[in-house]
Amino acid sequence: MAKVPVQFTLNGSETAEFIESGTTLLNALRDKIGDTSPKGGCHQGTCGACSVIIDGELKLSCLTLAETCNGADIKTTAGLAEGGVLHPLQRAFLDAFATQCGFCTPGMIVAAKVLLDRTPNPSREDVVEALSGNICRCTGYEPIIQAVLTAARANSQNAA
Amino acid sequence: MEMRKDYFADVRKDGLHEIGQPRPRLDSPGHVTGKTTYFADRNFPGMLHLKMVRSPHHHARIRSIDTSEAEKHPGVVRVLTARDVPHNVYTILILIQVGPEDETVLADGKVRWKGEAVVAVLAETERAAQEAAAKVKVDYEVLPAVFDMEEALKPGAPLVNEYHGQNYYLYDSGECRKVRFGDVEAGFAQADHILEQTYQSSPIEHAPTETTGCVVAPEGNDRFACYTNTQAMFFTLDNTSIILQMPGSKLHFVGGTVGGGFGGKVDVIVEPIAILAAKLTGRPVSFIYSREEEMQISSPRAAEKVVIKDGVMKDGRIVARKVSGYTDAGAYSRHSPYGAQKGAAHYPGPYTIPNVWIDAYCVYTNRTPSSAMRGFGVTIGDFALEVQMDKLARLIGMDPLEFRFINAYRDGDMKAHRQPTEGAALIECMQEASRAANWPVAEKYMAMSSYRKGA
Repeated sequence: MAKVPVQFTLNGSETAEFIESGTTLLNALRDKIGDTSPKGGCHQGTCGACSVIIDGELKLSCLTLAETCNGADIKTTAGLAEGGVLHPLQRAFLDAFATQCGFCTPGMIVAAKVLLDRTPNPSREDVVEALSGNICRCTGYEPIIQAVLTAARANSQNAA
Repeated sequence: MEMRKDYFADVRKDGLHEIGQPRPRLDSPGHVTGKTTYFADRNFPGMLHLKMVRSPHHHARIRSIDTSEAEKHPGVVRVLTARDVPHNVYTILILIQVGPEDETVLADGKVRWKGEAVVAVLAETERAAQEAAAKVKVDYEVLPAVFDMEEALKPGAPLVNEYHGQNYYLYDSGECRKVRFGDVEAGFAQADHILEQTYQSSPIEHAPTETTGCVVAPEGNDRFACYTNTQAMFFTLDNTSIILQMPGSKLHFVGGTVGGGFGGKVDVIVEPIAILAAKLTGRPVSFIYSREEEMQISSPRAAEKVVIKDGVMKDGRIVARKVSGYTDAGAYSRHSPYGAQKGAAHYPGPYTIPNVWIDAYCVYTNRTPSSAMRGFGVTIGDFALEVQMDKLARLIGMDPLEFRFINAYRDGDMKAHRQPTEGAALIECMQEASRAANWPVAEKYMAMSSYRKGA
């Protein structure tokens, strides 16, 4: 089958790959490019485990065709730690016991990041709304919500 | 977190250094950085994708299977049927001598539930495998099916599974697992009140976020690495060894990282066929359930029916309990004979009852085979028992918590299945629950103990 080139920025690095037309961004990232932090939980846009950030927007990579991402700036949970230092959200998830099986965690963290980038001091309701597209089957929602609120507080203290 | 050290203070060595201390989870740093490696995060060059052709019928004879069109489909490398599987008829609990072997890896002559695996298609891409699977032609003769445990146990019901010969599991104790303790009829005769109730539950799907699957890579020397999200690594290895008639030394299982299990990943379903496919093609193979397969194909918790008859005295003592428990195994045993047996031991609950009669049936129907899930054989029973306890308390006009104090088992009490009670803590748990929930009980119950004589 004919391949099409795609080129985008992934976690700050220029990335190019030839893919089959119709390949989802999720499969391109995982199978071709090697970033397996987005997970395939349902491949139908309902679980949120595949969430990534495309040009600042939270997107489901299982419903996004890779070839529509040419020139985009894509961020995943794998790219959040800088210089080996965890992002405040990652640190907060760690400290708050906000992970169980871990499968939903990368999607939860990017969803939370998009929220905090726009709403640095979210209410609990803001957090619940922002995570409403991400399923945690281990049902650890409360620690996850607390982790996001803790990370927001840590951010605002650093900014002050 | 509040630590209450007054409970069991006189029988416990103090100086606990770890309990009550928060400790970081060892796997969390991998989870928050996206570095934790789940089985599907492994990708091998030349990897084939396996898709299953499944039965559209609940019960049918297979007249013929025609794979010729599927084999011609572009990208298809191999198509597998029952005759490719060395030891096709198996049962997972054979490892602990719970037979007979009653399930096929790929259907041979018959399907017994809607969704049963019939033909495995291997192709270069997932899409090619899916398209080719749709081209496999299976000619079925549809048979009458039975979906209800009561119907299945009636004379003349369609026979679900010929390897059993009847629609229930034959225990060494007969048609059900039995517990007989005291004289239950004498207990009922002496009781002030008798209450009989029936409790029923539907199957429950675990719905893990990560679907069931495995990735297999030939390692050379006829050895195969199987990256899997099984919750039962050695159980899977041993059963795969039997099914494929391969020594365990040829099977290199890698796992332990599970994206949600809840008991749903303890059956041996994907690994044997994927390893066989890797062996027969010489290529890496990926077999990952779609979300639809996870919801429809993977074993759910069994549907259960629990009929409880209790005799109770006005002073709160339960003097007799008779329970008939039914576990819907679906079409095959998997873990259900064991689950039903657990129910038999569990139905008296954490209560000391002098006269007990229990019959626990494991029933076969043409439903999706059920299996393990979080306390299977016990959880639904607990729901039934505790609802029954509340009803009994209401019947005699007693506080439901005080009613449980009166009947709670304590160290030294003999349980109905002849295990003496040791290390009981029910009294203390209820005392703390009474405080925490602000549900006061009489002082005499707060002075009780699970282990101190006379208290």
